Amino acid sequence: MNDLLVANSVSKNFGKFKALNEVSIAVPKGSIFGLLGPNGAGKTTLIRIINQITMPDQGTVLLDGQPLKPEHIRDIGYLPEERGLYKSMKVGEQCLYLAQLKGLSKTEAKKRLKYWFEKLEIGDWWNKKIQELSKGQAQKIQFVVTVLHQPKLLIFDEPFSGFDPINANLIKDEILQLREEGATVIFSTHRMESVEELCDHIALIHKSNKILDGKLNDIKRQNKTNTFEVGLESLDKDRVFAEIQDKFEVLPATFRNLNDDIKLNIKLGEHNSPNDLLSFLTSRAQVHHFVEVIPSASDIFIQTIKNN
Amino acid sequence: MNHLPLIIKREYFTKVKNKSFVIMTFLSPLIMIALIAVVAYLSQLNNDKQRTISILDETGYLKDVFQNTDNTTYTKLNGLELEDALILVKEKEDYGLLHIAKVDSLSVFADNVKFYSEDSPSLSIMSGLEQKIEKRLREMKLQKDGVSIAQIEASKTNIEIQQESFEGEKSSKIDNVVKLAFGGAAGYLLFMFIIIYGNMIMRSVIEEKTSRIIEVIISSVKPIQLMMGKIIGTSLAGVTQFVIWVILGGVLMVVVSTIFGIDLTQVQTPQQEMMNQAIQAEGAQAMAENLIVAIGNLPMTNLIIAFMFFFIGGYLLYSSLYAAIGAAVDNETDTQQFMLPILMPLILAVYVGVFTVIEDPHGTVSTVFSFIPLTSPVVMLMRIPFGVPLWQQGLSLLLLIGTFILAVWFAAKIYRVGILMYGKKPTYKELFKWLKY
Repeated sequence: MNDLLVANSVSKNFGKFKALNEVSIAVPKGSIFGLLGPNGAGKTTLIRIINQITMPDQGTVLLDGQPLKPEHIRDIGYLPEERGLYKSMKVGEQCLYLAQLKGLSKTEAKKRLKYWFEKLEIGDWWNKKIQELSKGQAQKIQFVVTVLHQPKLLIFDEPFSGFDPINANLIKDEILQLREEGATVIFSTHRMESVEELCDHIALIHKSNKILDGKLNDIKRQNKTNTFEVGLESLDKDRVFAEIQDKFEVLPATFRNLNDDIKLNIKLGEHNSPNDLLSFLTSRAQVHHFVEVIPSASDIFIQTIKNN
Repeated sequence: MNHLPLIIKREYFTKVKNKSFVIMTFLSPLIMIALIAVVAYLSQLNNDKQRTISILDETGYLKDVFQNTDNTTYTKLNGLELEDALILVKEKEDYGLLHIAKVDSLSVFADNVKFYSEDSPSLSIMSGLEQKIEKRLREMKLQKDGVSIAQIEASKTNIEIQQESFEGEKSSKIDNVVKLAFGGAAGYLLFMFIIIYGNMIMRSVIEEKTSRIIEVIISSVKPIQLMMGKIIGTSLAGVTQFVIWVILGGVLMVVVSTIFGIDLTQVQTPQQEMMNQAIQAEGAQAMAENLIVAIGNLPMTNLIIAFMFFFIGGYLLYSSLYAAIGAAVDNETDTQQFMLPILMPLILAVYVGVFTVIEDPHGTVSTVFSFIPLTSPVVMLMRIPFGVPLWQQGLSLLLLIGTFILAVWFAAKIYRVGILMYGKKPTYKELFKWLKY
């Protein structure tokens, strides 16, 4: 069993509204799993089902091969998108309380909090009230509370919102380190560049249905269009261009390049390999730039949603 | 995983440590006592005021009727004409002039008594004067018919009907007053408790919603645990506050009255003068004895046990409804539409308690309302001092507990869905839909 979390055709209705329609996902152990989708697609509902906040109408969720049960709450750390802390409570007291709710003993919680507070250099906040902290500072506390009980599964819903780039980076590194230490991460966000940076696997939910999932690289491979960015230098531009156009499908290109001679996106048909193209080009001009166009997560997101 | 004690602890300590809670706890009795002291002081001032009433009695019949009291001096004017007397009284700045014109026969006496004053005289003074004159006139009329003063005195009889129940339990009229006082106090206490601390629970639920911590918490504990923890924690804070109020109030009362020498238990009113006389006539001794007997007659064990059960049951029932309302809305201003259905039965209960239980503690209206769960805690608490059969109490309590369980189920449903709903004000229809989620 290599998947930490498996959801089998999970459905959930709110009255007449179908929030999830037979959604299945499998989150491999030790991966960072991107749960993507437009607003209102059903991501939060799925996350809440995993957290046992709401119960599914149909389908099962397995954690480590076992159906979800109340004890699993200790194994999950959840940072919701709608998050906050008791404003008038002191930072230290609050962290202790939330840690104890997750099943830690008071002494253990204190020990771990000390470690984290030192690590994030926030030790002197212990006796401050949350309302005295800035939004970003409160977010840091929230992050610590989420990971404190060392859960097997971490669920982050838009974890970087409210952080400046420096702190966002800090948190990103912490997430990566937690993964190194063996945690599995479900990561829900609209920021595609962080998906690109962090996720190994993704699942795309749209209008209550899962419409795409798998390894990010596999998905990219499936979605690539066999297109190459080409930058050429030639004395006889027009002739070379005409020859290329004769043999291949050519699209305009906009990549950055030092030379502004010939810039093209060339799409290969099934019978042509990249090497064919390259030898064709080298025989006619100086090749400065030859790169396969890999679709970005953002492109895949937009394209898949459009097609559905 | 049972987090209930942890949640209760947090709820309790955040409430108790809250600044406004602390201030309210210690300031309220201070303000109350200060208010009472001021009122007592002012009414004492009022009572210390000396009044002089001049009397121009042309008949001479009322010679010995008016005796000076602490506050009132009667001056008899003799041999003056009314006009001169009026001028004199005005110059002396007397309270007023009582004039009795010369009459030929006792039968027209009543038409010839007049009171002149600058401002319209106080009601209690007038009725005091009237009583004195009436008494004197009655005696004179009887004397005219040949009845001696001694005979009149002898004819006065004071009837105190002795009450005894079929079981042979002695009681007196004052019993009913005592029962009413006990029942009323218990019912009113519950009413106040529900209003104050129910609101507190509601606010604390709303606070969790607006601070957006709810989803974090709810991923660790069951909503019903959170709700019950909140209710119990807040109630304990409430009990703490109440106890401090009672103790502090008592201590302050003693301190203030010894320092300033103001007897706070006797906020004097002008009527009190008359009342005191009446009590003296009946014998304060007997009254105090009756009072002790009356309290002794109360079904104390029943009262205390029933008080605990109905108080806790009623309070929990209402507070779970308050928690549900808090979960359903986003901010306090949206609570209004849902408050009414909660407050209505509560206010109804107090009205039924005050108006019908006094008249007829075992009548149809009182009995019915002491079974309906939303009104039963208050009404039953008011009825119990009058002696309610145990089966009725048991049945009522059973109904209350049943409804309480139903209400908690209902509230938990609303709570579970509501706490995660942001940004819209729900209608009753939507609340009903939530029950099915």
